[in-house]
Amino acid sequence: MGLEAKLMNDGFITTTIDAIVGWARESSVWPMPMGISCCGIEMMAVGGPKYDIARFGSEVMRFTPRQCDLMIVAGTVTYKMSHVVRKIYDQMPDPKWVIAMGVCTSTGGMYRSYPVVQGIDQFLPVDLYLAGCPPRPDNLLNALMLIQDKIKNTKAREFQDIPLLEPVKVNGN
Amino acid sequence: MLENYIPLIVVLGFAVVFAVAVVASSKLFGPQRPTKVKMSPYESGMKPIGSTEERVSVKYYVVAMLFIIFDLEVIFVYPWAVKFISLFKEIGISVFVSMFIFLVVFELGFLYAYKKGGFRWD
Repeated sequence: MGLEAKLMNDGFITTTIDAIVGWARESSVWPMPMGISCCGIEMMAVGGPKYDIARFGSEVMRFTPRQCDLMIVAGTVTYKMSHVVRKIYDQMPDPKWVIAMGVCTSTGGMYRSYPVVQGIDQFLPVDLYLAGCPPRPDNLLNALMLIQDKIKNTKAREFQDIPLLEPVKVNGN
Repeated sequence: MLENYIPLIVVLGFAVVFAVAVVASSKLFGPQRPTKVKMSPYESGMKPIGSTEERVSVKYYVVAMLFIIFDLEVIFVYPWAVKFISLFKEIGISVFVSMFIFLVVFELGFLYAYKKGGFRWD
């Protein structure tokens, strides 16, 4: 079934640092739940027993950025809130990933209006856009699995070459 | 006798060495990319307002000191009350009078604290 069955004949395995670090990282993605509006409710459902995000090792939603790898921005981000989202993202330790959950977060959605940021990629490096208004919980699980694939294929020290984000101004805000 | 404790010392030594080694190796080899924002205190993304080293007015110490008045009073009054009848038969009215004087002195202190506003909390 598990590792012990595979190891029964040989007793040892060889691997690379990148592979085992990637495996460890993808199996313990700790989300930072930025539940800003209604998508947050679906995100809570993912944490519940029916959808059970714990199957993917991501049940430890931390309400502090210091211990998180994955920011799930769930909800309409206004210009006022964008500073908060960006600051919390900046306070997360590297390496870190971002899911833009729902259409409001990804593109502004139906809020084609002056207070809403038309997509959080204007101030955050988004790894995955998740469609839906709001997306179903299983859709978020699918997004998490895609993020896990991305994390698995990231080299262990790759993030150190990425330059730190410069402060941005979105539409003069 | 002391040889029995050698495994305990080994375990303690191992625990200390392991803990220090883990923290130190993480500091030495772990990649660190500190920025000003990352090092700033986490206030749910808001700007921290004011200092954390604010002066807090200590009100409780007045209550604690007033408690001493009643505490001392009770310490002296209880044995006196238990032995009162036999003492009254032995000595007379001065048993009652001396305790009364003692209580009056205490109540003066109590009244002083009350006048000074020692029971006002805010």
